[in-house]
Amino acid sequence: MNTVISAENLTKKFGDFTAVDRISFEVFQGEIFGFLGANGAGKTTAMKMLTGLLRPTSGKAQVAGFDVYRQPELIKQHIGYMSQRFSLYEDLTVRENIEFYGGIYGLTFKEIRRKIPQLLHELGLLEVERQLVKSLPLGWKQRLAFSIALIHEPRIVFLDEPTGGVDPITRRQFWETIYQSAAQGITIFVTTHYMDEAEYCHRVSMMAQGKIAALGPPKQLKQEFQAQSMDEIFLSIARGAK
Amino acid sequence: MRQIGIIILKEFFHILRDRRTLLILFGLPVVQILVFGFAITNEIKDARIAILDPSRDQISREVQQRLLSSGYFVLEETAADMDAVLRAFREDRIKMAVIFPSAMQKRFYHDEKVQIQFIADAAEPNTATTLVNYATAIVNDYQMDKLRMDDLPLEIHTEVKMLYNPRMQSVYMFVPGLIVVILTLICAMMTSIALTREKELGTMEVLLVSPVRPFLVILGKVVPYFVLGMIITVMVLLLGRFVFGMPVRGSLALLMAECVLFVLNALALGIFISTRTDSQMVAMMFSLIGLMMPVLLLSGFIFPIESMPWPLQWLSHILPGKWFLIIIKDIMLKGVGFSYVWKETLILIVMLLVILAAGVRNFKIRLA
Ligand SMILES: Nc1ncnc2c1ncn2[C@@H]1O[C@H](COP(=O)(O)OP(=O)(O)O)[C@@H](O)[C@H]1O
Ligand SMILES: [Mg+2]
Repeated sequence: MNTVISAENLTKKFGDFTAVDRISFEVFQGEIFGFLGANGAGKTTAMKMLTGLLRPTSGKAQVAGFDVYRQPELIKQHIGYMSQRFSLYEDLTVRENIEFYGGIYGLTFKEIRRKIPQLLHELGLLEVERQLVKSLPLGWKQRLAFSIALIHEPRIVFLDEPTGGVDPITRRQFWETIYQSAAQGITIFVTTHYMDEAEYCHRVSMMAQGKIAALGPPKQLKQEFQAQSMDEIFLSIARGAK
Repeated sequence: MRQIGIIILKEFFHILRDRRTLLILFGLPVVQILVFGFAITNEIKDARIAILDPSRDQISREVQQRLLSSGYFVLEETAADMDAVLRAFREDRIKMAVIFPSAMQKRFYHDEKVQIQFIADAAEPNTATTLVNYATAIVNDYQMDKLRMDDLPLEIHTEVKMLYNPRMQSVYMFVPGLIVVILTLICAMMTSIALTREKELGTMEVLLVSPVRPFLVILGKVVPYFVLGMIITVMVLLLGRFVFGMPVRGSLALLMAECVLFVLNALALGIFISTRTDSQMVAMMFSLIGLMMPVLLLSGFIFPIESMPWPLQWLSHILPGKWFLIIIKDIMLKGVGFSYVWKETLILIVMLLVILAAGVRNFKIRLA
């Protein structure tokens, strides 16, 4: 299997505080890799180091074959990213958002125009193409943001809590979209603090206080921890960490 | 390069769709100019004045004639002495007094310095400065005409005295100050808000993860405010011209070049602020308190700098607005060229470099 993301003792300190503490893992091509942990565990910080937004304090990491210290600009050309906070412009229309991000990611206007109908069709957003994004329900916005993160056809996409704040049914729909992309060979690195979502991932890592406390396929982890659900594992890790 | 165009275009969309911002951008300067402009022009027509003329000779009468036939001034009182003038001020019967020297003509032919004094009521500084500027211009005109008729080098000096606050001399016209305030508002405040809004929304991260270089992202965000700032500067100059009848005495090209320099300063300040905070509210408060207030208070726009306590005076030196105000006042009102304002220009350039360096440093620290 092809390794597309690798981290070795990756560490980030903010002053005295260690937000990410010597984490090591590999992610393979076409995999859905879940990055789990409570709020404040260090998920976003780890992701920011991998996407070239933050410079690590120490350790090694490679994304798409490029080094995070020396080649952050090359990494940026090969990944998609959906930030934890909202990444669409509410005062632009659905279409304008797509055009803007498409342009930013280097697509020509022709390519963008060719892509839009298909993309909107897949999302079921054809009728609202010219509506301002602020008028859409949150679940639709999230799926739109996800499609936009994929607009330049990256091989790897980083999703930071893509399903925050929506109901379980909408979350399920979102995960179906993720599955479709993974089936096309795109590697998905996704953070979440919803433990039930871990079941959707091929492999997960559980973070607590900056460290990776568990790593493996959900089934294997449940055996290891002799737990019924990911939630139980999470609780036992949280207890152990205290 | 194409990406920068897209970012610029997007920023214009934001601006045009945000009615409130648009209203501030274009409404504020227009309203301010019109309100102040009409307040002043109304009072300037037929402003009542007192004249104290101990000379009563040909020259003094001709100057009086000019002043009174200009349409701006109406004679309220021919004062017998200084006490009468002051009484007229106290009783609020006059807005300005014109004091001629004694034996004007005689002094003049003896090559002595001839000086006419204008005294204005500084309680209304805008009116006072406008009146005094008009009167000075009229006397200058007279002097030029004289010079053309007989080649005697008639030299009349004018002296301005502001009653109640003798230091009001530094309060000039309203327009230069307004340009400083508006450019600070648009370029520094709007820029810092526009940048922090992207941070607040989380879209800034997405832009920074994109292949577009951070420098270009910022540049693309800032260019629209540069354009707007310049458009509004021209608008203020035009309005000032038509409402105040205010000419630009110096070189227009130099004036615009200095405006560009100040706009760059303001944009750099806006960027700097946005590297220090993630919240639009904080950016706005910081801009208002940290930039607008000092600009309003210290740049000599409302209060003359000389009458400030020294810590504030000292503080005013580090504000780009203060230096810019000196520059544009000199260019607009005195008509001086670059050789007179190069020092202030140099200061602005140095400030620009320092602010930019600080902004870039902060930006790097944030990413580190
Ligand atoms: N720029 C920063 N400066 C200081 N501390 C930070 C910074 N960013 C994050 N942290 C801290 O690092 C820890 C991990 O944060 P984060 O990675 O956002 O967690 P998560 O995404 O798992 O909720 C938190 O305690 C947070 O307060
Ligand atoms: Mg997070």
